[in-house]
Amino acid sequence: MEKRKSALGASLVNVFSSVTAILVGLLFGFVILLISNAPQAPGGFLAILTGGFSSMRDLGQVLYFATPIIMTGLSVGFSSRTGLFNIGASGQFITGAYAAVFVGAKFTFLPGHLHWMTALLAAMLVGALWGAIPGFFKAFFNVNEVIACIMMNYVGMYLVNFMITKTVFDSLKNQSMRVADAANLPRMGMDLVFREGNNVSSANSGIFLAILFAALIYIILEKTAFGYELKACGFNRESARYAGINERRSIVLSMLIAGAMAGLGGALLYLAGSGKGITVVDVLASEGFNGIPVALLGLNNPIGIIFSGLLVAYLNVGGFNMQLHSFAPQVIEIIIAVIIYFSAFALLLRGFFNALKKRKEES
Amino acid sequence: MSVLYFLVQQTMFFSIPLLIVALGGMFSERSGVINIALEGIMILGAFTGILFISFFQAALPGQPVLLLAVLISALTGVAVSLLHGYASINMKADQIISGTAINMLAPALSIYIARMIRTVQQIPFINQFRIEIFPLLGNIPLIGPLFFQNTYITTYLGFLVLAGSAILLYKTRFGLRLRSCGEHPQAADSAGINVYRMRYAGVMISGALAGLGGLVFVIPTSTQFNAEVSGYGFLALAVLIFGQWKPGRILMAAFFFGLMKAVASSYSGITFMRAIPIPSYVYKMIPYIATLVVLAFTSKKSQAPRAEGIPYDKGSR
Repeated sequence: MEKRKSALGASLVNVFSSVTAILVGLLFGFVILLISNAPQAPGGFLAILTGGFSSMRDLGQVLYFATPIIMTGLSVGFSSRTGLFNIGASGQFITGAYAAVFVGAKFTFLPGHLHWMTALLAAMLVGALWGAIPGFFKAFFNVNEVIACIMMNYVGMYLVNFMITKTVFDSLKNQSMRVADAANLPRMGMDLVFREGNNVSSANSGIFLAILFAALIYIILEKTAFGYELKACGFNRESARYAGINERRSIVLSMLIAGAMAGLGGALLYLAGSGKGITVVDVLASEGFNGIPVALLGLNNPIGIIFSGLLVAYLNVGGFNMQLHSFAPQVIEIIIAVIIYFSAFALLLRGFFNALKKRKEES
Repeated sequence: MSVLYFLVQQTMFFSIPLLIVALGGMFSERSGVINIALEGIMILGAFTGILFISFFQAALPGQPVLLLAVLISALTGVAVSLLHGYASINMKADQIISGTAINMLAPALSIYIARMIRTVQQIPFINQFRIEIFPLLGNIPLIGPLFFQNTYITTYLGFLVLAGSAILLYKTRFGLRLRSCGEHPQAADSAGINVYRMRYAGVMISGALAGLGGLVFVIPTSTQFNAEVSGYGFLALAVLIFGQWKPGRILMAAFFFGLMKAVASSYSGITFMRAIPIPSYVYKMIPYIATLVVLAFTSKKSQAPRAEGIPYDKGSR
């Protein structure tokens, strides 16, 4: 009981320090708006704050934008908990996305719901493979996972571009073809709720899948012996081996799971029914890199990652609305960067809050 | 023969920025601080340098402008790296966090400022820095066309940085102290070395070199700056690990990768390669696959600096 109480206290302090970082970030954003265009600043800032709630459509867009970054955030966060830095979510994301789009466009013989389910499964498999390769190199050849992941990002990007032009190319739009309707995720009536007149948001059941997988990752990490073994390897490879854990297998498996999450993220974005295709350009998928800040803000905790993904998406929707006040949307990224930077001071804040608590208990 | 010259010149354009930035990362990591902010620092360094060039290119002759821009880029890098240093040294934060923050901040900030100044995010500049042929040296057969024609002073700067880095790291008291802070900071501290100060030095050198590297990357490959350096900061991180945190090996890694990139980007100009029907995407993938394969054979004994990534806390033993 005592232990549970202190754990609750610790997570409260975590929430406190995250909220403080968010407030500092927003304040910083406001200062930037003031410097660049003072008369418009209050209106622009209000647009950021209320953006996600300004209409049901915008709220739906928050859910739509949050879905893929929650998945890549889970990918990065999960691997971090097992002692690996997965900077390769970008490659896993885009290869997974390609697999989903390929199945979605070509496997039209699949009936009804089986179509999108197969597409998701394909994305997870390919993403898992793309994640497992750096894991394999790390486990058996001692290749640093950071460098292997960076290489796999580029290989994945070029390979996907090549495969799109060979198999599912829409040359008019220079992107991948539209997938069949049955391959898109069910809307589950969300298109009726999250809309403003005829302006329908892209919200779909993907967000529920993201939350479901966050819960699954949480259970694996916190409630299973398997998750415990993975974490033990992260803490100390040698002592994990001494305790009888197959550390090579653990490394490959944690990268495999991380890759599956990022790959699924790719599927959830491109099967959202928004008409978005994978554009054929030599640029790494940003959703993968955005998983890093989402994971960091969520303190690598799967449940925290759901909230941080929603927060980042909320701010981004606010950023779109802010453009009405003639501000560049990059302010949002600056704000998020400042929030992340100040979350680095969490240790300091935690110390501060703990000291406060102690004083309270003493008095 | 002209193909060979062309290939060597192209290799330089790819390798030199990687070399400079990876050497920068080396100083930070050998002092015990992981610096994944290299990408962001490159972007901001290139941003201020190119901005300076675009303002003063009309008023001043080519090479002096470039040298001043080099200075400005390096100083910008130092300033940005202090952010990273403060969070990861004083605040003892996870070193990935502030690095990620800087990587996110850099492109957004440079686009935002560029749009404030000139309403579009691109900053164009006139490339008046190319040296067609060096007097005397450029006329030497073989060596002339290889190293002293169609080049930039930044190329030689890269080699200068390499020589300086190797001497600083291995032949000076400072270098020895820096390395000891990355291996066993407690021991270094008990020998009277100020670990915090040494780590700051490492981070600041990495900032200076990454800022400079950003400018060196943009100058020969483009005529405008668009708030990105094509992921070269991350590639430099890869080169640093590939080079096992040692200057000589970093040089080899940078040139291996640069040569692969040069072949991939200019194969269509090479007759016998154009004749083989291989899609261009395959060529583009080769540098990355080749690096992975080479790494698989050379990484068995690879060992990062032992205290890398662990904040130094005087109180803990």
